[in-house]
Amino acid sequence: MSGFRNCLTAAILGGVLGACAQAPTPEPVPAPVTPPVAVAADTPRAPAFDRTKPPALGALGRLTLPPVTRRQLENGLEVLVVEHHELPLVDMILVVKTGGEGDPANKAGVATLTASMLDEGAGRRSSLDIADQEAFLGVQVGTGSGWDQSIVSLHAPVAVLDSAMALFADVALRPTFPVSDLERLRKERLTDLLQLKDRAPQIADRAYASILYGERHPYGRPLTGTEASTRAIARADIQRFYQTYYRPNNATLIVVGDVTADDVERRVRTLFGSWARGNVPAPRYTDPPAGLATAIYLIDKPGAPQSSVRIGSVGVPRSTDDYFAIQVMNTILGGAFTSRLMTNLRETHGYTYGASSGFSMRRSAGPFTARAEVVGAKSDSSLIEFMKELRAIREAVPETELEKAKAYLQLQLPGEFETTGDIANQLVPVVLYGLPLDYYNSYVQRIEEVTVADVQRVAERYVDPSKLAVVVVGDRKAIEAGLRSLNLGEISIRDITGQPIR
Amino acid sequence: MRHAMFAMAGCALVATAAAAQGIPSLTHERYTLDNGLTVILHEDRSTPMVAVNVWYHVGSADEQPGRTGFAHLFEHVMFMGSQHVPVGAFDQWLEAAGANNNGSTSQDRTNYFEWMPSNALPLALWLEADRMGWLLPTMDQAKLDVQRDVVKNERRQRVDNVPYGRAFETMLGAVFPAGHPYSWPTIGSMADLSAASLDDVTQFFRTYYAPNNATLAIAGDFDRDSVKVWVQRYFGEIPRGPAMPARPSLKEVTIPRDTFLVLEDKVQLPRLYYAWPSVKLFHADDASLDLLAYVLAGDKNSRLYKRLVYEMQVAQDVTAFQMSGREGMFMVSVTPKPGQTPARMAQLVNEEIRKLSSQAVSDRELARAQNSYRAQFLDRLASVNGKADQLNSYNYYAGTPDYVRQDAARYDAVTAADIQRVVRDYLGKPKVVLTVVPEGKPDLMVKEMGDVRIP
Repeated sequence: MSGFRNCLTAAILGGVLGACAQAPTPEPVPAPVTPPVAVAADTPRAPAFDRTKPPALGALGRLTLPPVTRRQLENGLEVLVVEHHELPLVDMILVVKTGGEGDPANKAGVATLTASMLDEGAGRRSSLDIADQEAFLGVQVGTGSGWDQSIVSLHAPVAVLDSAMALFADVALRPTFPVSDLERLRKERLTDLLQLKDRAPQIADRAYASILYGERHPYGRPLTGTEASTRAIARADIQRFYQTYYRPNNATLIVVGDVTADDVERRVRTLFGSWARGNVPAPRYTDPPAGLATAIYLIDKPGAPQSSVRIGSVGVPRSTDDYFAIQVMNTILGGAFTSRLMTNLRETHGYTYGASSGFSMRRSAGPFTARAEVVGAKSDSSLIEFMKELRAIREAVPETELEKAKAYLQLQLPGEFETTGDIANQLVPVVLYGLPLDYYNSYVQRIEEVTVADVQRVAERYVDPSKLAVVVVGDRKAIEAGLRSLNLGEISIRDITGQPIR
Repeated sequence: MRHAMFAMAGCALVATAAAAQGIPSLTHERYTLDNGLTVILHEDRSTPMVAVNVWYHVGSADEQPGRTGFAHLFEHVMFMGSQHVPVGAFDQWLEAAGANNNGSTSQDRTNYFEWMPSNALPLALWLEADRMGWLLPTMDQAKLDVQRDVVKNERRQRVDNVPYGRAFETMLGAVFPAGHPYSWPTIGSMADLSAASLDDVTQFFRTYYAPNNATLAIAGDFDRDSVKVWVQRYFGEIPRGPAMPARPSLKEVTIPRDTFLVLEDKVQLPRLYYAWPSVKLFHADDASLDLLAYVLAGDKNSRLYKRLVYEMQVAQDVTAFQMSGREGMFMVSVTPKPGQTPARMAQLVNEEIRKLSSQAVSDRELARAQNSYRAQFLDRLASVNGKADQLNSYNYYAGTPDYVRQDAARYDAVTAADIQRVVRDYLGKPKVVLTVVPEGKPDLMVKEMGDVRIP
């Protein structure tokens, strides 16, 4: 099967939501706690029991995460190491703390294109050499950019670590940005943008961001660029971005796997020790625009059997004091399978295969978005149910629902630290948002402290039904009349980039 | 798949890297209850996590014509509660215990799985037992109807509202003869989904959802003695079902001559697909065909990618894939860049296939394919969820749960001569050629192959 590389990059960037490291000891199961009955294995027939009641849960196992060892090189490069000896594997993520936010205003896509170019030529290796070495070693080198970070990752068996790290260091430190490869990627991106017209969910995502943030805020511009910006980006822009931001004093290397901290430090000193410091400009975010009155933005996708719905507003930055209350509130609203949106739109009405909501928390305030792909004929009915839930979440939630959501969040923890890749990804937000290395020691407690009043307070503050952008990409001919009859707000017809049609 | 929003990222399983010699064996205990339920236990105390994974040996290939998509629709209905589990409680109780769960259906089997903190294990076992033994007493039309709507939306989201979404089912229908159980897609047709009745649910459950047609794998942090007691307690009194209906033996599929098809779709660019009948999983040529797929389109240096995408830049993307279960199909696809034609792509693909049939791949090419392909084996063992599914999968297809090292060794054994031979034996035979074209442009269809003789 081909095409898995993109997948890996997406998984790594997608992982930048949770957070990070070290010895949580959760102890908060709401269910009655009874130790599991231990009975001899040769018991021929289990004793009678009451099948009508679910079994009581045993005591929760203790999750002891191996500690994070922190080292720092003289050039400022921070190195975090977690030893994990279950399988002979290593995961590394070099986190450069600048992403799409650093794109020049008229050149959206520079950060992601820079990242894509890293493995198109590095040191003495050509694009094809790099791919050849990766496949030959059976390792994966990934590159990518989000809003706040650029990433170079390595997944490798320890048996080939020497060669794998040499390749990894070339890609991270010595990219050559060959002109011919840049032109090839530019052509691929322009073709991707052409093909975007076929994909309603992606049209909806792009238009939604553009409508919420406008042209002047970085978040209003696509991470992977527009047709105009893709044509405008010069090789010099990419070199400048790389030279400015890919600096050891703007980076952290996360290493997790079957290694020791001392061995890692020795290797990193050799490979990254001469990486030169730079003067890295601080991120410069403009304030997001104030929310407008609730309105529907309809984008025509003739013949589409489903409508792509995105509803929401500008949310909060990752640094918000309301982080934990928002996590709990969103879990109840649309962050889990039993959430209200999923239960209502899917399990009760059958309008969709899945409805959800989420806060994309970044250095600046990312969007809050409720979303679903709904059957075209129920576009209007779906909006009614979405609005019902977005209003209802502002009322006090029942205690049982609160407890279930809190337990769900707390008890997810062990599963998020299972593999070397999981652990490395959990450390990324710690690095980016300045969280303490023992962040997870307090995670369970911080979730535990969230009350019904907290949930209501953050819902009232961040989910405002009078100030929502409602983006619908669907078959206009079939759905427009229904949407108009809702009287949700003004309806404007937009093109696929979210701009008014003139 | 029952839901996508909160499932494990599917692609994480594909991510990669390992050297074959470092692959550990999956030590396990396998035993069978009196009612025929096979139980596979694998202990792994590295994290306080456990995974429960149930395979029912029924899939869309067991469906009747007129009821395509039913096995998968049934999978959805299995989450709607059972005699002792009210509607909605299955998920609510699991989430309150920190568990995630999902299910999936293929042509050959249906699986259901939970992964969770290890203390929630008895809850997951009890829930699985309740729907295995007591699904029907509370089954009703409303449960079926709402999941029918959900599944229709799943079809829209995965197939009908996706560019090129109908290509795969079109090829299945052309490669496999009418009535062949692989000739229809697992998701089914809208008309058949509409036709599914409550009576179908009852019959399907009584026929296939019996302990003697299921295997229960448990992997992770548990005490073996306690688990055996729970399994016996919760599953032991479920009665054995009737013997499974015999599956029709599948005759070798051949296509008499190249078949050319065209599909108009809402797409900006056309796309060319080839499909050949191939071999089932673990057939002697299966691994060679996997590596051939890699040699064709697995990375930047692969034949089609390097020439069409990297050097000539006439294609936007290329794929090659050996799909194998109880049957097999080998596929290639190419999307031409704007201004390029499917006919030109066909000419180039044919040239590359001809080269592979006349000259062996280089040692380096073979090594790249072998090392990359094998690399994913270690990763499948990194999570308890992945391990539990591997145990069930190997048990079903290979007859033993601990087959991971033998599976990996298959790829080590492939030679350059094997790859050359499978090109001739399979890609040299007649095939289905499908061109997906933008609406109103049927002229872009590839209608003939020209000279594609393979020496």
